[in-house]
Amino acid sequence: MTEPSYLRDTVLPQLPPPLVDRGIIKWIRENLFSGVLNTFLTLAGLAAVWWLLAASLPWFLHGVWDANSLGECRSIIAAEFGEGAQGACWAMLRERWHQFIFGFYPPEAYWRVGLAFVLLFVALAPVLFTEVPRLLLWGTVIYPALGYWLLWGGSIWGPVVAMAGFGLLALVFKLLRPLLGVPVAGGLGFVAAVLWWLFAQGPVAGLLAGVMPVGLVPVESDRFGGFLLSIVIGVTSIAASLPLGILLALGRRSDMFLVKTLSVAFIEFIRGVPLITMLFTASLLLQYFLPPGTSFDLILRVDILVTIFAAAYLAEVVRGGMAALPRGQYEAADALGLDYWSAERLIILPQALKISIPSIVSTFISLFKDTTLVSFVGLLDPLKGISTIVRADMAWKGVYWEPYLFVGAVFFVLCFSMSRYSMYLERKLKTDHK
Amino acid sequence: MAMASDAPKGGFRPSMLIYDTRYRAITIQVIVLILVLLCVSWLVHNTMVNLAAKDKDINFGFLWNRAGYDIDQQLIPYTNDSSHGRAAVVGLLNTLVVAGLACVLATVIGVFVGILRLSKNWLVGRLMTVYIEVFRNVPVLLWIFVAATILSETMPEPKDFKVTDAMIAAGQAPKAAMLFDGAVALTNRGTNIPAPLLSRPLGSLDLGLITLNFSFLAMLAVIIGSVLVHRLLLRRARAVQEATGVRPATWWKSLIVLVVPFVALLFALGFHLDYPVFKGFNFKGGINLAHSFTALLLALSLYSATYIAENVRAGVMAVSHGQTEAAFALGLRPSRTTRLIILPQALRVIVPPLISQYLSITKNTSLGIAVSYLDLRGTLGGITLNQTGRELECMLLMMLIYLIISLIISAVMNVYNSSVKLKER
Repeated sequence: MTEPSYLRDTVLPQLPPPLVDRGIIKWIRENLFSGVLNTFLTLAGLAAVWWLLAASLPWFLHGVWDANSLGECRSIIAAEFGEGAQGACWAMLRERWHQFIFGFYPPEAYWRVGLAFVLLFVALAPVLFTEVPRLLLWGTVIYPALGYWLLWGGSIWGPVVAMAGFGLLALVFKLLRPLLGVPVAGGLGFVAAVLWWLFAQGPVAGLLAGVMPVGLVPVESDRFGGFLLSIVIGVTSIAASLPLGILLALGRRSDMFLVKTLSVAFIEFIRGVPLITMLFTASLLLQYFLPPGTSFDLILRVDILVTIFAAAYLAEVVRGGMAALPRGQYEAADALGLDYWSAERLIILPQALKISIPSIVSTFISLFKDTTLVSFVGLLDPLKGISTIVRADMAWKGVYWEPYLFVGAVFFVLCFSMSRYSMYLERKLKTDHK
Repeated sequence: MAMASDAPKGGFRPSMLIYDTRYRAITIQVIVLILVLLCVSWLVHNTMVNLAAKDKDINFGFLWNRAGYDIDQQLIPYTNDSSHGRAAVVGLLNTLVVAGLACVLATVIGVFVGILRLSKNWLVGRLMTVYIEVFRNVPVLLWIFVAATILSETMPEPKDFKVTDAMIAAGQAPKAAMLFDGAVALTNRGTNIPAPLLSRPLGSLDLGLITLNFSFLAMLAVIIGSVLVHRLLLRRARAVQEATGVRPATWWKSLIVLVVPFVALLFALGFHLDYPVFKGFNFKGGINLAHSFTALLLALSLYSATYIAENVRAGVMAVSHGQTEAAFALGLRPSRTTRLIILPQALRVIVPPLISQYLSITKNTSLGIAVSYLDLRGTLGGITLNQTGRELECMLLMMLIYLIISLIISAVMNVYNSSVKLKER
């Protein structure tokens, strides 16, 4: 046997993969040009991006920030970029941004809106993030009165005495619950609070205001507008509709025939009609249903109906979450000897609400987007109300894209962050180990 | 000694109404009933007092009075001499037509976008994500305004379509050209499309509120008849397959049954298209679709399509890969795997939210108010309400009609849900 002429006695070093199979080239080949269809899609996508940029980029780049009217904007653009060049007239925003944010709120009181907005986050923090100290929850409790007082102004004693009504409700409930059970104690507390608001509210607030006058300059409701209005309506209806929606969902799953029928009828009626008919009800019909001579604020009326509307949708979402719970959970609660309210509070609702977080948040997002519809009953929402007012000025007649872009961008930021928060919450509350 | 105690015997004590679970439910319901009745009677009383104070009554007679206003888009004949009731029906039909078309368009776009978002192509996936997030997170009202502004501000004026002899002599083309070989003209005053016309119509019957168009009814009858015969055909083919194992070819029979009768009817009625032609200062002939309609349709479709796309994506992702592998293991061809294994399971996830999306599209058509589209809200809840001053009657009637439409759609959804429900023990 002859010796082989050559025998490799060392392992060759590894070569890098071929150029087309590594790094960015590999990524491009795999993700953009892996087949005929994929190549076509990539080219179509590139064409779409090119077309969009070609149509809009010059318009953005030619934007003018410093002008006093649309005509001036156009002449500046024509002078700088040649005749026929299109450009954005951001000068409109520079001059009118405060109307988009505050409506006709008195400028010397803008700090009150800012403070209320900042405090809103302080009040929300303990609700949204569990890491925040629990003591701050008391801030959340008093925030509605504080926010109302900051925004609308007037004597501080009105909101304080109104909050005292809630305190009375809580006190009566707490004292009577061991004796009478949740529904009866809650009902009596509610009656006590209503009596307080009806008969004690005015005199007590007046007395306190006489003794110690503390107050801010009152601001009329018709001066509210822009994002201030959207956020006020959105936040109050979101906060108020969740408890109402949970109650409706419990009612719909109740064993009591009458409670169930009423809840179903209410939910299905509200869900069956468009929001805009509810808003028209607020502006046109509520005057028929209330005692003659009652007239209260349009913002409040709209707020009540938007809350009712959102509560019906939330009720269905929460009911879905409850239906998704395995029967064993209900049976376990029964086996532990928990009564109805304890079982709901400790076992059912925490799990049901957790399951329905994504849908609850998307209901909130659509509620917030729907606050733009209040323009059709004469309130100054940022999208239609304020834009129309800006265009009514001869200087800004014909300015369309800039207000739409600005309002759209703000809505996008707010709604997008809400949906991201819901994803965070979903991840945080996830207890299974998948 | 432990002893199981029975329910306490002895007489009924009033405190048992609260503490005894057997009676508490009844107590609560009675209290609720009393409260609801009190509330309702309070509302009715207030309404009566308020109506009396304004010297009004509840009377729907105004529906038969002359309306006195014009509606651009009318699916049944309507003039300003027609009644308010007929205006409401015209509005309802406008609501339904824009809702129906928006549902179709949104489904088509939504399915495409949902599938493209799942594609392995990085660029297309990202583009679809951007489209979905941008459209979902901005109010639909804004999209309606944007669509209306694009249509009315960037489209050419009708006079740009004008072709003069001088221009022909000079070899010039007009500034704007019609699309689809002279069939469609997009102008800033509306979209002109060909009108379907019948030269030998069957006539119609005016019933006051609505008009029965016999040609339309005949078409509907022929389509329904064809579909029924087609189902019979398929059932027979299945019976033959069950008996012999060989499925007879049905596709050409299906084609004949579904297409021939309808085409024959159209031919008999003298169906032809009337193309829009530029004459004088504007287009004559054809149908002029107002921008209010087009803008509402486009905005609603593009907005709702994002929700449908997410439904489709969730539905496709809900079917585990094991199902496909199991189907292949059974020897099913890929096309049959999709049709028999994947689609039925994905549709169970996709269809219920899809139908609720249709419901919300239908309700969102009421946003036509933003572009003055005369739908049900625009006629009955808008001009009629303002002219007659009968807020209560108009609003109640309008809510009732919307409620009926919603309940019909929900009923369809319930039927579907119970038909595809997982059959458990």
